[in-house]
Amino acid sequence: MTKKFICGDDAVAEGVRLARPHVISAYPITPQTVTVERLSEFVEDGSLKAQYVHVESEHSALACAIGVSSVGARAFTATSSQGLLYMAENLPYASGARMPIVMMNANRSLATPWSILGDQMDSMFLINSGWIQLYVEDAQEALDMIIQAYKIAETKEVMLPVMVNLDGFVLTHTYEVVEIPDQNMVDKFLPPIRMPENSMNLDDPKCLCISAGSDTNLEFRIKQEMDMENSVPVIERTDKEFGDMFGRYYGGMIDTYQCEDADAVLITTGSVTGTARIVVDQMRGEGKKVGLLKLRYLRPFPADKMAEVLKNAKSAGVIDKNISFGFEGTIFTNVNSAVKQAGLTLDTLNFIAGIAGRDITKKNIREMLDSLLASAMGEKQESIQYVNVRCKL
Amino acid sequence: MEKLNAKNLTNEELFYGHKACGGCGESLAVRLAMKILGQRTFSVHPAGCMSAVSFNYPHMCFTNNAIVTPFAASAAVASGVVEGLKALGIENTQTVVFAGDGGTADIGLQALSGAIDRNEQLIYFCTDNEAYMNTGIQKSGLTPYGSKTTTSPAGKNLPGAITKKKNMFEIVAAHGIPYAATASIGYLEDFMIKVQKAKETKGTSFIHVMVPCPTGWGYPSEITVSLAKEAVDSGLWYLAEYENGEFNLNRNPKEFTPAKDYLKKQSRFKHLTDDDIKIIEQYRDETWRRIRKNWIR
Amino acid sequence: MNRPKLKSWKNPDNISDFPMGATCKSDNLTSINAGWRTFRPVIDHSKCINCYRCFLVCPDGVIDKSGSQLEIDYDYCKGCGVCANECKLKAITMEEEGNFND
Repeated sequence: MTKKFICGDDAVAEGVRLARPHVISAYPITPQTVTVERLSEFVEDGSLKAQYVHVESEHSALACAIGVSSVGARAFTATSSQGLLYMAENLPYASGARMPIVMMNANRSLATPWSILGDQMDSMFLINSGWIQLYVEDAQEALDMIIQAYKIAETKEVMLPVMVNLDGFVLTHTYEVVEIPDQNMVDKFLPPIRMPENSMNLDDPKCLCISAGSDTNLEFRIKQEMDMENSVPVIERTDKEFGDMFGRYYGGMIDTYQCEDADAVLITTGSVTGTARIVVDQMRGEGKKVGLLKLRYLRPFPADKMAEVLKNAKSAGVIDKNISFGFEGTIFTNVNSAVKQAGLTLDTLNFIAGIAGRDITKKNIREMLDSLLASAMGEKQESIQYVNVRCKL
Repeated sequence: MEKLNAKNLTNEELFYGHKACGGCGESLAVRLAMKILGQRTFSVHPAGCMSAVSFNYPHMCFTNNAIVTPFAASAAVASGVVEGLKALGIENTQTVVFAGDGGTADIGLQALSGAIDRNEQLIYFCTDNEAYMNTGIQKSGLTPYGSKTTTSPAGKNLPGAITKKKNMFEIVAAHGIPYAATASIGYLEDFMIKVQKAKETKGTSFIHVMVPCPTGWGYPSEITVSLAKEAVDSGLWYLAEYENGEFNLNRNPKEFTPAKDYLKKQSRFKHLTDDDIKIIEQYRDETWRRIRKNWIR
Repeated sequence: MNRPKLKSWKNPDNISDFPMGATCKSDNLTSINAGWRTFRPVIDHSKCINCYRCFLVCPDGVIDKSGSQLEIDYDYCKGCGVCANECKLKAITMEEEGNFND
């Protein structure tokens, strides 16, 4: 094990190097560029033995990964924002074909207006794509989750592609000390990919990505959904195994902090979780009963686990770095659905924050938690609140 | 290289039972190519007629490994197949794309250009029936001047399509591709030699084969092969190759058969006036002036 | 007859028997095309010289040349008539499907 002072993009590249993909299809887009650059260096210096394909667009990047996966080889690609949307038709293509591709997405705002800075507008668009979607808090988790992602994706009961999301710039381009596991340890944890039953092979020729009429299509989809649900215990188990081997366990589908007796719980994804944890500590020091729920996976959605955590809380707030125009933040919609299905009656609030790289400060988080505590006390709050707006509305 | 013909071509069918229209020219090209390429072929099919008629669960018409791809992505998926097989150490196979004119010259052009640029070890067939046939006969970049399609109707003001065929063969050649050829199912022995040459090529190869479509062109299905021959004999399609950086015209007729005879057999050209046909002949003659000047060794 | 054969097929009863992914094994014909025809090609073997051009030009590959005489797979022939049109000796005639009782 070595330690390096690297940024989130670098950490993803290190994780990919350790995961030994067969083929990398690379197309640059800010703020993912450092990942594909670093990977090209690893291939050049021989520390990563992979084919590196300079594709001509993001659509082709995922298409190439689909081709790689179709013959049973391990594929990796990375993208962000406009690129993710450009390749959008290929996402359900890959998930329906049950291809265990791992893709890193640098969460970045969507034009228009243009912004290269981070928010979650991009990945929210693709939440229905049939991909497992996870969000990492720091560079260490980014490296670790690339390795876990391959193991989850390639598990026989799962066989689904995984999107690993990093906050653009805030995480992709900020530096921290990261532990880089040894290759032989990673090899033990993540063995070489076994030829999936649905790949093209010379001994038992197959036709892939076929059509299914109205008499059979639904059953294909139900099978896909059932296997997405099967991924839940696999996700939990894989995280525990990773913790046992490498000493870092992330809590599985969700991670909770100080939620046991909390009246107000803040639900976060990605790097803002780190900031929120500090504020929770500060407010707990003042005797306020606040807690933090880190949502690691958005698909499959951990509805049951979330309901279990929230069952005694009086209010819960969701930070959404995205807006589903005409309604509300997307994570908020998902949380509300889980809360309702569990029969819980706590108040829920939506905080739209961090759009196009606008900072979410400790002060902002404190205000969110204050609003949640007020709601817990019965004081009606605006259910959708824009955070840190710079003009009158 | 053994010259292939009806006698020595394998009897085995690798593409069979498909639901293409009776007399479909494209299915003939794919059928013969697959016989030459063999069972160890990974075939890649973007959205189009061939993928639509061959992969309807559970009726699978290819005996080899085959994958259907998104419309724009055939050359990119094929690149992934090639690189994946290389990384896995799987040898003595080939990867082939069978794309239509729309899937090559329009929506598929970006991925094709990238694949040629990377010199991927694959064979790319453009089976050209001169319109988006699978979706109902709409105009594509390879629809010829004067052709009626459902999005370029012929009427009082326009004679059907008003653009010429995009010059795919020369676009591909301009990439410096190791081997490219134009072909026709009206000249099957020529087509089969070209498939063999593509099979032997190190790097990317491209074959642009014109394939008449009875449904889209509007003619009785039995003349598919003879109509393809007439397209070449009337000079409205040419047989040529690009290899080792040079163009070579395979067939240089002293005289063309009348364009009108070829055109009037098809209802997509039924509306053409004599003036329209003159324009078509003019475009043809301009092309032949240029290729006769430059492509004859 | 040396042509790919129709496979017997029943759609899966149980979701676990559906393929994983949008996949199916290759070479899996579960329906025939005979019903498409209004005319069928008939070879006059007394005229046929086994040049095999019809075998070559058939878009569906239904003409089998493995035997001493050419044989047509009428399960998959669509009656397009290309074989009859291309036969230089006119040894193939297109006959009305209604004349046959099979």
